[in-house]
Amino acid sequence: MDMPLPDAGVIARRAEIAHELRRLMPHGTVVDHAAGLSAFESDGLTAYRQQPLIAALPADRDEVVAVMAFCGREKIKIVPRGAGTSLSGGALPLADGITLGLSRLNRILDIDIANRTVTVEPGVTNLAISGAVRGQGFYYAPDPSSQVACTIGGNVAENAGGVHCLKYGLTTNNILGLEVVLVTGEVVRLGGKCLDAPGLDLMGVIAGSEGLLGVVTEVTVRILRTPETAQAMLMGFAQVEDAARAVGDIIAAGIIPAGMEMMDRPAIHAAEAFVGAGYPLEAEALLIVELDGPGAEVALASAQIESIARAAGAGTIRTSENEAERLAFWAGRKAAFPAVGRLSPDYYCMDGTIPRGRLPEVLGKISEMSARYGLSVANVFHAGDGNLHPLILYDANAEGELERAEAFGTEILRLCVAVGGVLTGEHGVGVEKRDLMGEVFSEDDLAHQQRLKCAFDADG
Amino acid sequence: MCIGVSYPILNLNGSDVIPDPFTPDSEDALKDVLAEALTSGRTLEVSGAGTKRGLGRPVAADAGLTLAGLTGITYYAPGELVMEAQAGTPMAEITAALDEQNQRLAFEPTDLGPLYGGAPGQGTIGGVFACNLAGPRRPFAGAARDHLLGIRAVSGRAETFTAGGRVVKNVTGYDMGKLLAGSLGTLAVFSQVTFKVLPKPEAERTVLLFSSAPDDGLNALNRAAGEVWDISAGAHIGKPAAARSAVSYVVGAETSVTAVRLEGARGAVDERTAMVRAAFDEIGPTEELHRHNSHRFWHELRDGALLPAMDVDASQLWRLTLPPADAAMALDRLAAITNGELLFDWLGGLVWLSIPGSEIGYAPEQMAAAVRAVAAQGGGHAVLMRATDEMRRQISVFGAAGVDQMALTRRIKNNFDPGGILNPGRMYESC
Repeated sequence: MDMPLPDAGVIARRAEIAHELRRLMPHGTVVDHAAGLSAFESDGLTAYRQQPLIAALPADRDEVVAVMAFCGREKIKIVPRGAGTSLSGGALPLADGITLGLSRLNRILDIDIANRTVTVEPGVTNLAISGAVRGQGFYYAPDPSSQVACTIGGNVAENAGGVHCLKYGLTTNNILGLEVVLVTGEVVRLGGKCLDAPGLDLMGVIAGSEGLLGVVTEVTVRILRTPETAQAMLMGFAQVEDAARAVGDIIAAGIIPAGMEMMDRPAIHAAEAFVGAGYPLEAEALLIVELDGPGAEVALASAQIESIARAAGAGTIRTSENEAERLAFWAGRKAAFPAVGRLSPDYYCMDGTIPRGRLPEVLGKISEMSARYGLSVANVFHAGDGNLHPLILYDANAEGELERAEAFGTEILRLCVAVGGVLTGEHGVGVEKRDLMGEVFSEDDLAHQQRLKCAFDADG
Repeated sequence: MCIGVSYPILNLNGSDVIPDPFTPDSEDALKDVLAEALTSGRTLEVSGAGTKRGLGRPVAADAGLTLAGLTGITYYAPGELVMEAQAGTPMAEITAALDEQNQRLAFEPTDLGPLYGGAPGQGTIGGVFACNLAGPRRPFAGAARDHLLGIRAVSGRAETFTAGGRVVKNVTGYDMGKLLAGSLGTLAVFSQVTFKVLPKPEAERTVLLFSSAPDDGLNALNRAAGEVWDISAGAHIGKPAAARSAVSYVVGAETSVTAVRLEGARGAVDERTAMVRAAFDEIGPTEELHRHNSHRFWHELRDGALLPAMDVDASQLWRLTLPPADAAMALDRLAAITNGELLFDWLGGLVWLSIPGSEIGYAPEQMAAAVRAVAAQGGGHAVLMRATDEMRRQISVFGAAGVDQMALTRRIKNNFDPGGILNPGRMYESC
């Protein structure tokens, strides 16, 4: 990965800029000493580290506007940051840039049960939104694995998904309104509590723009009624191909489960050793299928899925009988990343999406690559929507292993593209995959993306 | 290579008919048309088959460009829930292919041809996404744009570009599909679209609630929205609208009708229907529609077939989007300014309002301002869906965007169509 050379002239102005930021943010915090800045030096993609020039933590929207207008005028780069859980280096600082942390804008502004919306500041965590409306029987659907920590502002920037996006969509499908501050200091309010505001869908463009078009200072999300029933099914298969066939057959039968997750043998063993979820250790592939909705629908679908899975060769099939058991089934999957982290000093999480019919072939090739690179890999997979998360195990302290892990990861992503898939399903391009964009997009494609960027940020 | 064909639409709104529009039969030919237009400064009125030509401001262009020559499904993987087609592919062809696999477009694309005086079933898949119009399932399944996975398009710079892909989960690059969906062909012309398709449910039921007080109906929708019933549509129509239905239980209602749709497995849907009816029985008499009639009712509502027949030379047809719980308030406020008929869809979040010419007289702008003021009170919007060319020139069809939003819109337009050759003035007068 090659980052642009930092501007020494801006770096030399650190003290002066920090002074100005303190003046512009009377209630916010400015961090400009090395010890404090080390907290911001990386995000969830720990392979890359860089201290920012300054970290600015505004206390409210007006301070965001002031910082943006100042930096826009002075041509100082800004990297917005939510909770710093990005897995693609989306919040990786720049040596000559200001990291703009939004974590202190963390108020829930409005809960409107009648219209089924919640309006929050960007620093509110994903899980806190559901928490705020759980008592009234509602929840916010997108549920990235980091939902206890990640913020809704970051979710909008990355268009975050989660295990339930097969049925309920990504962040972009679940937001109704945004307030965005542009680099000019202009404040644009988009959408609101109603659907399909006229005009260009600027909200849809900002979702997933990775903080490159503006800084989100307010988000209105739609909340859903908590389903009457939720049930998880756990199925072990002796072959990955069988599990993949079961996934295809479930969809072919016209069933769209709330979530459909697959783990391979190394991931199953890592998760089981970590949380003791009761996963079948003899299986080569584990499938977790979640069904939710009216009880009568769930009961029928679960019986149907059971017979599909049996026909596809499932060994064990267990259906959760209560909420505690359902959560236990999920515990291993939700903890899969840290569980793999226990096996190895470092791991590198990939995020390609493939047509799900190509899964057995792609897993086979990843396994060959693993042998060739001499690095282990564990696979967790949003099987329903074809989103693959190979976790490459490496040791950053071992000479050359990080570079080998990066090369391995790049080869996996090239494979995803070669079978008709894409570089990233939900983690974002970030700095990680920036250099691979040229492999999927032509110059004209990228030029049109840049023209969009320039409409928001003329110097972009 | 371009061939000329006569313009395929009826022209009830008085737009000037453009003879022999360009009808490219390949993406390269489309690009050539745009390149030539850019060089010569020729402006183009872009349309799929032209069925929704009456939507938006009237376009005064030098020539027409239709996508009618760019047809065909290019990829369909039912197991991957993905279909791809050239932009001019007729919806009839898309629907037939999906029917064969028992799949559908979950956002329920509208067929507004008849609303603008044309025949039903003439639209194209590109037009569906360019206008981003969704039917009764919108609050539950998302808008058209939520189902758009990938695009190929030629921008006003006469450059072909792609974005997205053939998989349902993808955040590689900016979501350019969202930018173009609903942009009414003002930034680029789709040559190909890739979109998500979903299985059809086994069974469908509609519960009808008959009540003479509209508030009862709107309250019932509110209640349905907050229950665990997992409904897939909720609407409320007055007695005159009910009388226009071809479904016997609806046409014979003699009251206003509230309708809630349930979809799912054959073995479960009756139990769910009984649950909804038990709750609604406390409010008024109920009835239920099964597959065919249920289907027909929601199609009527979706395509505007329950709206009053209006003299298009004088009337205004509005489409208001509101926070759904504000529907009852909007009803009162709209009743204070017009006797026009109201239809509620999207659980109250969408209101169709037909204002007869006799009420508008010589003051179409005042009426528009009054309608917009009602919508704005709840933070909503009002779009003038159908009116004469003159009215749609006079009155901002989509309403005024905020100053900063308008500035952004202009910059985007200028970056994608610097020559202003694509559908000039269709969305906003100035761009």
